[in-house]
Amino acid sequence: MAEAAAQGTNSVLTTHDGQPLKVSLARALRREKIRALLLIAPLLIFILISFILPIADMLFRSVENKIVADTLPRTVVELRDWDPDSGAAPGEEVFAALYEDLKVAVAAREHTKLGSRLNYSQPGVSSLFRKSGRRIKQMEEGNYKEQFLEIDEDWGKVEIWTTIKRLSPAITDSYFLASVDAERGVDGIQRKPENERIYVLLFARTIFLSLVITVSCILLGYPIAYLLANLPVRTSNMLMILVLLPFWTSLLVRTSAWKVLLQQQGVINDVLVWIGLIDNAGRLVMINNMTGTIIAMTHILLPFMILPLYSVMKTISPTYVRAAKSMGATDWTTFWKIYFPNTIPGIGAGSILVFILAIGYYITPELVGGTSGVFISNRIAYHISSSLNWGLAAALGTILLVLVLALYWVYDRIVGIDNVKLG
Amino acid sequence: MKLKTILMSTAAAGVMLGGATVAVNSASHGMAPCEGCADEMTIVSWGGAYSKSQLKAYHEPYSEATGVKIINDESSAEAVAKLRAMKEANNVTWDVVDVVAADAIRLCDEGLAEPINPDTDLADAPDGTKASEDFGDMLVSECFIPQIVYSTTFGYRTDVAEWNGKVPDDICDIFDLEGFPGKRSLEKRPINNLEWALLCDGVAKDEVYDVLGTPEGVQKALDKLATIKDNVVWWSAGAETPQLLADGEVVIGSTYNGRLFSVIEEQKQPVAMLWDAQVFDLDGWIIPAGLSEERKKRAMHYIKFATDTQRLADQAKYISYGPARASSAPLVGQHADLGIDMAPHMPTDPENAKNTFLYNYEFWADNRDDINEKFQAWLAQ
Repeated sequence: MAEAAAQGTNSVLTTHDGQPLKVSLARALRREKIRALLLIAPLLIFILISFILPIADMLFRSVENKIVADTLPRTVVELRDWDPDSGAAPGEEVFAALYEDLKVAVAAREHTKLGSRLNYSQPGVSSLFRKSGRRIKQMEEGNYKEQFLEIDEDWGKVEIWTTIKRLSPAITDSYFLASVDAERGVDGIQRKPENERIYVLLFARTIFLSLVITVSCILLGYPIAYLLANLPVRTSNMLMILVLLPFWTSLLVRTSAWKVLLQQQGVINDVLVWIGLIDNAGRLVMINNMTGTIIAMTHILLPFMILPLYSVMKTISPTYVRAAKSMGATDWTTFWKIYFPNTIPGIGAGSILVFILAIGYYITPELVGGTSGVFISNRIAYHISSSLNWGLAAALGTILLVLVLALYWVYDRIVGIDNVKLG
Repeated sequence: MKLKTILMSTAAAGVMLGGATVAVNSASHGMAPCEGCADEMTIVSWGGAYSKSQLKAYHEPYSEATGVKIINDESSAEAVAKLRAMKEANNVTWDVVDVVAADAIRLCDEGLAEPINPDTDLADAPDGTKASEDFGDMLVSECFIPQIVYSTTFGYRTDVAEWNGKVPDDICDIFDLEGFPGKRSLEKRPINNLEWALLCDGVAKDEVYDVLGTPEGVQKALDKLATIKDNVVWWSAGAETPQLLADGEVVIGSTYNGRLFSVIEEQKQPVAMLWDAQVFDLDGWIIPAGLSEERKKRAMHYIKFATDTQRLADQAKYISYGPARASSAPLVGQHADLGIDMAPHMPTDPENAKNTFLYNYEFWADNRDDINEKFQAWLAQ
């Protein structure tokens, strides 16, 4: 500073080693930022490598389709000149290319993989490729079309070639179309036939049931949270343990326990028959349907609603309620005008937790949901582990992720995410 | 049907010989020592009584003879997906995996399983019959060595008052809600259910797959199933039907025959078998592709031992599944703990196999994706 004063008035402020003050400040701030970044770096790198990259990779599978062009490079090129609308199978040059491609693919045992992939769109291709792969060694030069038709006349079918041609590009929309019950037909994109539509229904059902479960959690959890927050410590501790015990019990155990309780020969039905409320023939069906899913999932997710509600209610000062009453408000008015608005952040936090957790549940619905109580996640799990159609699973997962983000955004616009309090 | 003739001989011969005891050491079954092999291996199977039978019949004798440490994993239900994930991560941690035939075909297609040559990689029968001939039609994939024949069939409760003393003896009694009221349990997948539905909708046995190959045929089968849809509990794990039967939650249900054996014989529940139109299927070993040389050698060495004639016959002492080798059939004896003859409980026993249905692997490999979607859509509606 002294130096600056000595130098006269038109110069910039500098530090004692002659650096301009602005630069020096920026450097100091940058150092701060780098230090902060270094402190969170381990977590950031961990999340990036173990969470974000795998998810991105999985989402990319929903459009990735390199297998056709990689396995049949020559055929794909030759097919460009073939017009599916001609109604006739491609000519000799395409079959010659197919022979060359298959020879390479069979040596690398890649042809059956392609067969499985094409089979998702065209039933029967899987065995066609397997069979042709076995016979390719005995094929002679020339007259390839004839020889392929000899192996299996399906090679002469226009649908097979249309499927191969349609799936030639490295990026495909077929998985996304399938996840909204649509397909590419002869005249562009069309809805699947009535008896093959399933995913739109399941998405709608998943969201509807998750909302129902969230609402039942609010109705059941609110009074309990109120008791927890307002009873003397000794009693409320006891209650808190009762809330947390199921929370710490395994999900499978709790779900199986509901089976024992709810089934037609189960505890609840037995008791109802015993006290004569229902007769033996009229036992209630409370499991393997929507009811089962709602009951079991509400029970499982209840603590996620109670805990945020409780922590918010804990912070509401009892003086507000007393003040309202002293001014002559009725009990209801006091609750509705004073107490309830203060608990909204807790309801918000609980609801978003329960709803987003519910949307992704699949073990519980699988066990107690029967056919009318299963969620979209059950189909995703099925395509990952049984049908191996990972592309479709990725497309369904992507849609689910986008849906959750969209709902989150709507929630933020209506309730405001800043109003969510976890305590 | 060659398959059928092999199967029939299992039980018939089995009655005559009690469980012949086998001295187990490396010399007795002439196992060549394994050169340059891993000394630890992970074997994946289904868990429960089935894994126990393999432990007793294969793992323990093998470990005793070779000193190899065997780690058991029970992930067979997700084997196909897990093997694919392992291959993508270039880290295959399993050495030998037990899968059903349809999954083996799929793993072979995906390049996730090693091809195995039965004549060079497996033991011949004691009388010198080549392994390929001994297994015969059961070698449904070049990557797959079958161990057992199991069947999916029905069990029913024997104490249903509403049936007035009648018992179901025909597969179509499943669809008869008048004569046999009560809930049924069926597997939550189209395979087997659609075939049974068509059989009971007047389709001849040898035409079932021709009909099912058309969209109208699938619809016809689903329409038949729709007649009992409101009375069906759908299962996805083999343990569910036995549990539902024991609880009285259902009066009749399909599952694997070995599960029903344990409900009836070991747990003494009031349940009986309905063998009519049982569907045979195979279960066996595959070796994952992409193993290191020494691990692959070890896996091959184990498979050669575990699929020889005596070992397959030994497994039948612990569980009621028929051995997949023709030469094992005469050696099937009595249950290790219960001391009852196992032959009458085999799905392949002539008494039980009067009317069987053969599962068409090729058809389901082709149509599984398509029909599954239709079936699931039908379920959800």
